[in-house]
Amino acid sequence: MKPRRTRPFLLLLLLFATGLLLGGCGSTPLPFRLTNISGHMPDLDFRLTDDSGKPVTGADYRGKVVLLYFGYTHCPDVCPLTLAQLHVVMQRLGPLADGARILFVSVDPARDTPAIMHAYVNAFDKRAVGLVGDARSVEALSKRYRSAFTREPSSADGTYEVSHSSAIYVFDNHGRARVLATPSASQDDLVHDLHLLLDPGINP
Amino acid sequence: MKPSRLSLLLAGLLLAGGAHAAAADHVRASHAWIRVLPGALPAGAYVTLENDGDQPVALSGADSTVYADVMLHRSSTAGGMSRMSMVDSLEVPAHGKAVLAPAGYHLMLMQPKAPVKAGDTVRLTLKFTDGSTLATDFVARPANALDDTGH
Repeated sequence: MKPRRTRPFLLLLLLFATGLLLGGCGSTPLPFRLTNISGHMPDLDFRLTDDSGKPVTGADYRGKVVLLYFGYTHCPDVCPLTLAQLHVVMQRLGPLADGARILFVSVDPARDTPAIMHAYVNAFDKRAVGLVGDARSVEALSKRYRSAFTREPSSADGTYEVSHSSAIYVFDNHGRARVLATPSASQDDLVHDLHLLLDPGINP
Repeated sequence: MKPSRLSLLLAGLLLAGGAHAAAADHVRASHAWIRVLPGALPAGAYVTLENDGDQPVALSGADSTVYADVMLHRSSTAGGMSRMSMVDSLEVPAHGKAVLAPAGYHLMLMQPKAPVKAGDTVRLTLKFTDGSTLATDFVARPANALDDTGH
């Protein structure tokens, strides 16, 4: 009789412990299609200046699902393509997209000012925000997400390119890192995963 | 003497023309568009080049009266990093095509002399390595366009 009694008790204990662990992680497992980084990357945190010139931190975007992408405005090909694709994704989300923000962080502090960033991001999507900061602040944010950027040597006329990580990091409305998308990720998958994070029926 | 000299000259010209047909004569450009960015930021230009000739040709760049500088570039993504590099030329194979499209080969247009707006047509003179040129009209599209047709 005794062993039979202890078994259900142990099982309950195990279930309780699992519940505690999940509760501790603080994020409900969701059936993401993109690379799930829940619990593997730190929460959204930075000290930068937004495209209206206002100092902002990661905490200012709590309550919004955040799509974080690094780039620069003198990037005529890949950055605009990624932002144009994110714009299409936002359009497809319909009114839910109001709960999301695209944060475009400049990796070119020498040339990108809040004013240039404002004009740039608004040419793509009204829910996009351009963020600038000194080299140290941008590097801190980049390193936090194991991202990187390198200023390439200048050409004769003084212009230069900046190589940068191409990933898009998605954070939930509590600032927790949830999924990682590459620029070649399908729009359907991005729409699907954002829907999971934005739909109050699924993710209250 | 005179007619034979003339015919010789004509024959010579024809021969020269046949042997050194300009690359641009065999190239057809389509889907030519520019992604317009705000202010004086550099813009990307895209085009599909089809070569109906028996010899490969190579695009080396372009000239424009609207932009101070045009460079042939290639974007690439490797190891999660996006890079852009200058390219000397891009081959258009014989009876084949070369596509300049977002996230790959493109013409980088720098320092517009006058603002270019979505809907404008901008003429670029495509240059080939043999020195021949092909004037092509590019349609200016909004920043958030995905291709030449829009969405």
